[in-house]
Amino acid sequence: MNKLKFILESAIKNNPIFVLLLGMCPTLGTTSSAINGMSMGLATMGVLICSNVAISMLRNVVPDKVRIPAFIVVIASFVTVLQMLLQAYLPALYETLGIFIPLIVVNCILLGRAEAYASKNGVVDSFCDGAGVGLGFTVSLTILGSVRELLGTGRIFDIPVYNEEYGSLVFILAPGAFIVLGLLIAVVNKLKTVK
Amino acid sequence: MQSSLKNMVLSLGLITIVAALLLGGVYVLTADTIAKAELKAQIDAIGEVAPEFDNNPLEEVYIHKANAGTKDSLTIEVYPARMGGKLVGAAVKSSSMNGFSGEITIMYGFKADGTVNNYKVLKHAETAGLGSKMQEWFRSLKGNQSVLGLNPSKDNMTVSKDGGAVDAITAATITSRAFLEALNSAFEAYCAVTEKDKEGQNNE
Repeated sequence: MNKLKFILESAIKNNPIFVLLLGMCPTLGTTSSAINGMSMGLATMGVLICSNVAISMLRNVVPDKVRIPAFIVVIASFVTVLQMLLQAYLPALYETLGIFIPLIVVNCILLGRAEAYASKNGVVDSFCDGAGVGLGFTVSLTILGSVRELLGTGRIFDIPVYNEEYGSLVFILAPGAFIVLGLLIAVVNKLKTVK
Repeated sequence: MQSSLKNMVLSLGLITIVAALLLGGVYVLTADTIAKAELKAQIDAIGEVAPEFDNNPLEEVYIHKANAGTKDSLTIEVYPARMGGKLVGAAVKSSSMNGFSGEITIMYGFKADGTVNNYKVLKHAETAGLGSKMQEWFRSLKGNQSVLGLNPSKDNMTVSKDGGAVDAITAATITSRAFLEALNSAFEAYCAVTEKDKEGQNNE
């Protein structure tokens, strides 16, 4: 029960997108639709959990001075494994996410959690931290993707909500990503002050 | 943990070796499936765009090189579709480098007389919501959007803005031009192949 609470807490209080503002590049780049945002979130979450666990296991054998290169090798390996698996079993998704899959390597959330948490805590805790932050990332990307898809094309998860012609295309394009993200952060900040 | 040259080299070396083994292993495991998935996508695309056939177009693939040596050089793959040995059309994998965001690759299907049967966009990086509409746009019956049923040897396959017979995608004229450019290259390749095919049949 405690673990679950811990996961939820790190998903909300340490939310990488709306609170920490980390990993903005894939956030803005892949959220042109709800399904893309969710897929990217899940892919990152998978890598984050694996790398957190592996780095936590390695934390007592890696010398301090080479810890960053070691973390990067671990993260890059998991990302490449994920890339090959996606290409083999989910080729459609692999096509959609394209360049953003290999770019998970440079997502600062991964190295951030490795350095700030996994390298100082046990395997189980690191797993939960990875799951929590990954969940927060996935949920945020899905929300951002849904809002952009709804405002841009009148659909959510490809389900029509209103006529496409009333949608405003700018929300699908890059400027819309910034506008929607900014507005969502404002909403989150407002909710935080109300509490 | 204290760093010394020995333990730094040793730990980093070990980690990279394990990572290399892991990647090699996963590569071996997935290489087959990846190749199969790519082949299946190819076969599905041919089946979708070409007229009904009973041969194996993949075995008869004909590689056509257009504009060899120039910066617009293209490699076009023509997959002949036969029914009972007779050529009924073909699926042609063509591409254009002039999309709004670079290369677009499209599989076009032609009937025996050169009429466009169908198409499928295989790869593109066009803007979502604008250029990416080409996946459906040129099939729609609205206005003069559709390219299906048009014949590049009779119809002018350029956008109406350039005096052609096809309506460009709203706010994505560049993508539309690239789409039609790839279509015209595909048609040229198809004509070259049918010529060859006729010669081959006469010689037999």
